[in-house]
Amino acid sequence: MALENLFSLVKERWKSPAGTVTTEPPVENEKPVDKPKPSPTFKCPRCMQVTPAEVYADNLKVCPACNYHGRMSAKERLNIFVDGGTFSEFDKDMRSLNPIDFPGYDEKMGALREKTGLVDAIITGTASIHSIPFVIGIMDSNFMMASMGSVVGEKITRAFEYAETHKLPLVMFTASGGARMQEGIISLMQMAKTSAAAARLSEAGGLFISVLTDPTTGGVEASFASLGDIIIAEPKVLIGFAGRRVIEGTIKQHLPEDFQSAEFQLEHGFVDMITERKALRRTIRHILRLHGFGGDKIA
Amino acid sequence: MPDKNTAWECLQLIRNKNRPTVETYIPLIFDEFIELHGDRHFGDDKAIRGGIASFEGAPVTVICQVKGRNLQENKTANFAMPHPEGYRKAMRLAAQAEKFRRPVICFVDTPGAFCGVDAEKRGQGEAIAQSLYLFSKLKTPVITVILGEGGSGGALALAVCDRLAMLENAVYSVISPRGAASILWKDAAKEKDAAEVLKITATDCKNFGIIESIIDEPVGGAQNSAEETSENISAFLSGTLLELGKLSVDELLRERYNKFRKIGVYIE
Repeated sequence: MALENLFSLVKERWKSPAGTVTTEPPVENEKPVDKPKPSPTFKCPRCMQVTPAEVYADNLKVCPACNYHGRMSAKERLNIFVDGGTFSEFDKDMRSLNPIDFPGYDEKMGALREKTGLVDAIITGTASIHSIPFVIGIMDSNFMMASMGSVVGEKITRAFEYAETHKLPLVMFTASGGARMQEGIISLMQMAKTSAAAARLSEAGGLFISVLTDPTTGGVEASFASLGDIIIAEPKVLIGFAGRRVIEGTIKQHLPEDFQSAEFQLEHGFVDMITERKALRRTIRHILRLHGFGGDKIA
Repeated sequence: MPDKNTAWECLQLIRNKNRPTVETYIPLIFDEFIELHGDRHFGDDKAIRGGIASFEGAPVTVICQVKGRNLQENKTANFAMPHPEGYRKAMRLAAQAEKFRRPVICFVDTPGAFCGVDAEKRGQGEAIAQSLYLFSKLKTPVITVILGEGGSGGALALAVCDRLAMLENAVYSVISPRGAASILWKDAAKEKDAAEVLKITATDCKNFGIIESIIDEPVGGAQNSAEETSENISAFLSGTLLELGKLSVDELLRERYNKFRKIGVYIE
C-alpha cells in the first residue's frame, strides 16, 4: 500500500541521525562545533526574514524582524514559563493505541517518539509560577502537529479534573492542527470530552486561562481552547477553525496575510489580549493574583 | 436482515437526491411545529432551523440541520453548512428548552460547519466550542439523530447528547473522506478508500461505543419510504424519551458526562 511505503520511508529518515532526545536543553543551545558547517538559520514564515538560529533562540524564538512568536517544544516552553524544578508530570507514559487500525499510525507514532522524546502531543502536570501552584498543559506541535487523539484528549480532561478537585488554576498552552484523523471518530469525541471537562471546572468556579500559540486551529480551537475564562494569544500566531487553503479553495481568492492571526482574532473579539512571550509570566501571575491565588497581596 | 452497506455504499445513499431530509421528516414526526428564528446577535442561519413542536402530545424543542431537496433549497440552506449564528441559534433554543423543561431533539445532517471568511470573522470555532459546552451541561434530556451526513465538529455541535442514534445508512466522521484522501494520498478522488479506512458507518460507530442506537431504514434506503423511516425515528424517540424521563437532572448530567468521558483508546 502506498501509504505504508510513505510512512516507512519517513520513519527511516527519522530513525537515522537524530537519536532519542532525553533531556530538555533548548534545542539551539550553544555547543562546541567541530566541523565548519553553515550555521543554522530560522526563516520566519510570516515575514520571510532569515535569522541565525542562535539569535532566534536567544530571542525566545520570536522573529526579531516582525515579532512573530514561533513554535516552541513543550519542554522549551516549560523551561521559560514555570519556576525551575517545580514541574511534576501527570500521565507520563500514557500512549495511544490504534483504535481504527489506521494504516501506518503505529509506525508514525513510534518514529515521532524516537525523534521528539515525547510520548504524545501534550505534557500536563503541576508546577508553580512565582511560587503560585497551578495545573499546566502544553501542547507540542512537533508531535503530529499536536493533533488531538485519545491521549491528548484524556490528558487534557484529567488536567481539568485535577484543577477542579484541587482548586487550582489551570493554564493551557494550546497548539494544534485539530482532531487526529488517524483515530477517526474517537478523536472527534475528544472535543466533546474536553469541553465537558472545561464546563465542569467552570461550574465549580475554577479559573482556566487559555494561551493560544502557533497554530491553534480546527477541533482544538473549536473546543476547550476557546473556552478559557481568559484567552491570551501570542503575537502573530495562527488561530482559526478552517484551514486557509480550504477557504481559499472555496472562495477562489487569496486571503490577506493577517487572516486568522492573533490580531485578527483580537479585532473580532475572540481573544482577551495579545501578550508577548517575555511578558507571559508576569501577566499570568497578575491574573492569578487577581483571582486570589498566591496570597492576598495584589501586585 | 441483509448485510450492512459499506461506507462507500452509505455515501452513495445519503447523496441520493431523493433521500428525505428534515423538511420531509418534521411534519411526519411532529405535530404543530412552530419555527423560531434568529440567534439574537447577528442573523438567522437557514442551515440550522429550530422551534417548538409537539411529539406524542408533549412539547419538545427541535433543532435540525437542513439539507435542501433541490438546488434552490440547498442554496438557501447553504448546503446544510452552518455559520456561527446557526450554532448560536441552536444554543439559544436549547437554553430555552432547559428553561421550560422540555426535551431537545436534534437532527444532524451536515457536511460540516461552513469554512469561509465570514464564518471565521464571526467565530466559527468559538460557536462550536460554546455549543459543546452548553449541551454538556444542559439540564434537560437531549436526543440526537444523525439522518445522513455527520460531518465533523459541525455535526458534533448538535450531538453532545444523552442518546445518539444514526439512521442505518448515515455516516459520522472526523473528516470528510474526500478531505482525508487529499491529505493522505494527495488525491481527493481516492475518497472511496478513505471512507473505508475512517470507519464511519453506523455499525462502526456502534462498535466504538459512540452511538447508542441504529435506526433501520426501509430496504434499499430511506428514499424508498420516508413514512417508514419516520415511523422508525418516532419509535426510537418515543422509547428514549420515556427512558430519559425516569432520570433526575443530576443522573442525566452525570451519565451524559460519563458517556463522553470514557471515550478514548490508550494504555498507561
